[in-house]
Amino acid sequence: MKPAPFTYHDPTTADEAVALLATHEDAKILAGGQSLMPMLNMRFVVPDDVIDLNRIDGIAGIRDAGESIEIGAMTRQRDLMRDDVIATKAPIIPAALHWVGHFQTRNRGTIGGSLCHLDPAAELPCLMALYDAELTVQGPDGARKIPFAEWPLAYMIPSIGPDELLTGVSVPHWGGNTGHGFVEFSRRHGDFAIVAAAALLTVDAGKITRAAISIGGADVRPIRLTEAETALVGATPDAGTFKAAAEIARGIEAMSDAYVSSAYRQRLAATLVERALAAAASNLNGSA
Amino acid sequence: MADTRDIEMTVNGESHAANVETRTSLGDFLRHGLGLTGTHMGCEHGVCGACTVMVDGEAVRSCLMLAVQANGHEVTTVEGLAEDDGTMSALQEAFWKHHGLQCGFCTPGMLTSLTAFLRDNPDPSERDVREAISGNICRCTGYQGIVDAALDVAKTMQKGS
Repeated sequence: MKPAPFTYHDPTTADEAVALLATHEDAKILAGGQSLMPMLNMRFVVPDDVIDLNRIDGIAGIRDAGESIEIGAMTRQRDLMRDDVIATKAPIIPAALHWVGHFQTRNRGTIGGSLCHLDPAAELPCLMALYDAELTVQGPDGARKIPFAEWPLAYMIPSIGPDELLTGVSVPHWGGNTGHGFVEFSRRHGDFAIVAAAALLTVDAGKITRAAISIGGADVRPIRLTEAETALVGATPDAGTFKAAAEIARGIEAMSDAYVSSAYRQRLAATLVERALAAAASNLNGSA
Repeated sequence: MADTRDIEMTVNGESHAANVETRTSLGDFLRHGLGLTGTHMGCEHGVCGACTVMVDGEAVRSCLMLAVQANGHEVTTVEGLAEDDGTMSALQEAFWKHHGLQCGFCTPGMLTSLTAFLRDNPDPSERDVREAISGNICRCTGYQGIVDAALDVAKTMQKGS
């Protein structure tokens, strides 16, 4: 099908985009278009106005800020996969992006688009939960920062006002002797994840000193397995430790749908968390 | 009143100017606006890969991009892969040689996707090639001939370099 008629806007600054949002009540923001365009084509959404961000300068790009990596909202998934800073300081990002759609969709798809679309099965929100990333949104009264934990409000609803624009994400750098693991299960590669698990581990003198585990696809928002993270700290990074931590994932709240039951998602979560932790322990290399 | 824009883009090396309705996809513009019907519209929601073209050298879904978004950019469609005298590209030759197509519906998307992929990955494994075309659906060939063609081209490129 074809989109219903709309009025197209292509602002060249973020301020201009925010001003357009303030004056157009039924507007949709077009980033990479890999989710919005299908919804427009199928007329799942029929907005009066479409505000295209692709001509805005300054909200795409990756910058190494030492303690963090600053990523512009319009940075393409492809560019995240090709970037040297990301490859050395947050290699879990390109590892996870291999699971996102296909290379042709990653050529257009953006990090900001994925975070605002907030599909429960999407990999980038799962990673931002893992990192406790901080999002910056710009509105008529200026910019504000939102920790990722406060970003998802409900199913596919981020904590952003109708007159606000996501401009960037700050991903903290872990440093130290850190490893990462990202695993996912879907029926076919490129499909939406039934469950995905991401893990970061820092190990010092044979003991885990810091751990983060995030599960995507299981619930309407990514789940941080804080109980398991706490249990891991101080433990030895071995198979027994990981199995015990992964058992905690069996108790998560999980969705049920026409294809996959919640019990199946819980079992998958436990298996995938164990694998993600094992993967993280196997690539400890001083960067994550 | 329809929302329209004047746009200009280079398609297969040739410059085109047109007035388009802003809701028109790039794929529909190429087909209906420019008569370049080599690009096939399949699912129109980014799943089948038939409509894949290259924009500034990168393979993208032309059903998930508006024509107005290609304003000022360079587009390559399947019509632009052969030489000016009609000589097929190495990949097109290999598709012919390895029976990489039957009905031909997926072929333009396969060729544009693999042209970009092989440029960036000149020495792929079979698995890499299969992953590269995992977003392109073919219902005739079982993919084997397509994979063989891509690997053959990669091998030839390696020898040549």
